[in-house]
Amino acid sequence: MIDKLKETVAKVLNDVDLVIGYENGFDAIHATPYFITSADQIDKLIWNPLCVHNLTTYLPTLKMKKVGIIVKGCDSRTIVQFIQEGLILRDNLVIIGLPCTGVISVNKILTETNREHIEEVSFDDKGNINVKTGKGPKTLAVADFSPDKCGTCQYPTPLVYDHLVGDPIKSDKAPENVYADIKEFESKTLEERMKYWEQEFDHCIRCYACRNACPMCICSDNCIAESRDPHWMTQKMTFTEKFMFHMIHALHLAGRCVECGECERACPMGIPVNKLKRKINQDMKELYGYEPGVNLDEKPPMFMFNVDELKIKEHKI
Amino acid sequence: MAETGFLPKDKIEGFLEAISKDNVLFTPVLEGDVVIFRPFKAGNSLYLDRPANNSPKSVIYPQSDILFSYEYKKDIDDPKKVSVDIETHMDYPKTVIFGCRPCDAIGFNIYDRVFIESNGPDIYYQGRRDKTTIITLSCPTPYAGCFCTALGGSPAGKEGTDLLMTELEKGFLLEPVSEKGKAILKTAGVEEGDQYLEEAQKKQQQAHNAVNKPFPSISHTEISRKRFDLDEFWQQAVSKCISCGACTFLCPTCYCFNFTDEQTLEKGERIRSWDACMFYHFTLETSGHNPRPTRFQRYKNRVGHKFLFYPEKYNGVIACSGCGRCIRYCPVSVDISKIVSQLRSPE
Repeated sequence: MIDKLKETVAKVLNDVDLVIGYENGFDAIHATPYFITSADQIDKLIWNPLCVHNLTTYLPTLKMKKVGIIVKGCDSRTIVQFIQEGLILRDNLVIIGLPCTGVISVNKILTETNREHIEEVSFDDKGNINVKTGKGPKTLAVADFSPDKCGTCQYPTPLVYDHLVGDPIKSDKAPENVYADIKEFESKTLEERMKYWEQEFDHCIRCYACRNACPMCICSDNCIAESRDPHWMTQKMTFTEKFMFHMIHALHLAGRCVECGECERACPMGIPVNKLKRKINQDMKELYGYEPGVNLDEKPPMFMFNVDELKIKEHKI
Repeated sequence: MAETGFLPKDKIEGFLEAISKDNVLFTPVLEGDVVIFRPFKAGNSLYLDRPANNSPKSVIYPQSDILFSYEYKKDIDDPKKVSVDIETHMDYPKTVIFGCRPCDAIGFNIYDRVFIESNGPDIYYQGRRDKTTIITLSCPTPYAGCFCTALGGSPAGKEGTDLLMTELEKGFLLEPVSEKGKAILKTAGVEEGDQYLEEAQKKQQQAHNAVNKPFPSISHTEISRKRFDLDEFWQQAVSKCISCGACTFLCPTCYCFNFTDEQTLEKGERIRSWDACMFYHFTLETSGHNPRPTRFQRYKNRVGHKFLFYPEKYNGVIACSGCGRCIRYCPVSVDISKIVSQLRSPE
């Protein structure tokens, strides 16, 4: 698989300025984004369940360059959404798709190993990850240590690509379970939910890792969280300010969030910020029957206006 | 009196309670999957198994600090006349930070040079610093991204610390470093510790040897200025940086700040809040010009400040403690230790 990927990247590199893929990170459990501009770099390219990042987040800033990009099924939804919104030029892009059976939640592994230094990581063909720390080796099922999104993944094979490396995979996950966790959370009382967010956002350090990791958060340098003109938010560290920021982030993603979970993965304080976005996406699906980033021919609901929205009664007055 | 103390594990709760009677006491606790410093409450679960996600710098140098409140008042008889009332908030309590790590404690010494010794004193920083005692826990093992020994530090380093604790089987050896630390030895529950010193030192040495060393040592004079000034170097090294402030805000040695007046109608507060050189707004000028518009330029500044500009100003001291947080929590795993290795290797 990796040989075929390297071959494809070598081919693509002839026609583009750079290819974005993955290489090994600072320790055995971390992969890291890899910008390949010359053929001698290809050797270090990797592909395994540690390749968690949604690399498409770099694409809008590279809009005018010719870029080759490696995407998993979930990542490819971002590209569909980008194209719908006109944020990238399809002609400048060569997409290398990789069917994916699920990645690793590095955070879940680190919790399991008590955050000790991980010396070695390997994967076997039975779907396990072998992790070795100073205390010895551990064999864990990848499926048990995947991000939540993998557990309900509907699109293991990229929805848009120029080259597909590997055979397409069909999802075996029930579509009705995609928002099961959100429905469960909604069954709590308003007070319980408020208390939950008060506790979670108390950890927020306003580092904006969630915003900057988010591929769809495209106004990052002009974000109202820091802007003094308009001056909508103060620089105080209160719940009100933090909640305001996260709500604005979530609302700006209504019908746009592709649920890659990068916001949550990036958070150094472990705040489940993706929940807010997924709740809104669930509403968008119910109201407009729209799912972001799955169909190139669709127009996102917030990009158009229908006088007669089928499911919004007020419009019929 | 003995030189060192010993705190049996079953006495730790009482020890903390005793300290919290006269001090605001901050201890690390586990909330969800996050280790965070919180004001001590009896029954709070203490968590010492790994370093806190964020450094305890906010105890002495708050992320958002109200310097003063102000209120404009109009003269009823002559509405053109406006006066302003100003109120400061500087009654800082005696404070103890318990259970930070040597790489956290050393950060306060790095701040002292800036806020007290050469530019100051900064009364807000010094006000809290003077009233704070720092009880540090030596690290038994390195964590992901740690590289303190490459910077001359140690898992049992004493710089910036008032009292160093080392965990042994039945309790903690307490080594005082300052007068403030010696005073803590008088707290209830502390026994004589000299008999445990040798065992503790052995553990400290073991931990020291286990830390990853990406380079043997570093001086700012070893950094290749030529490579540092090369845009291509930074483009290649950090094109993946997403320019968030996680590294900066978790860092025990980053101290850049911003001032804002947060005002509603006639009342307001002047706030000093942490800023990050990773942010676009950090260098944005009023004219709209930004001298550091790209991400790699901003990351270059972060490395430059810690490994070149600060040491040039402060007798060669490197403004990085090697705590590894910026590596460990970076969303895209940018590795500052690798970049510094590349900068110091021969041209």
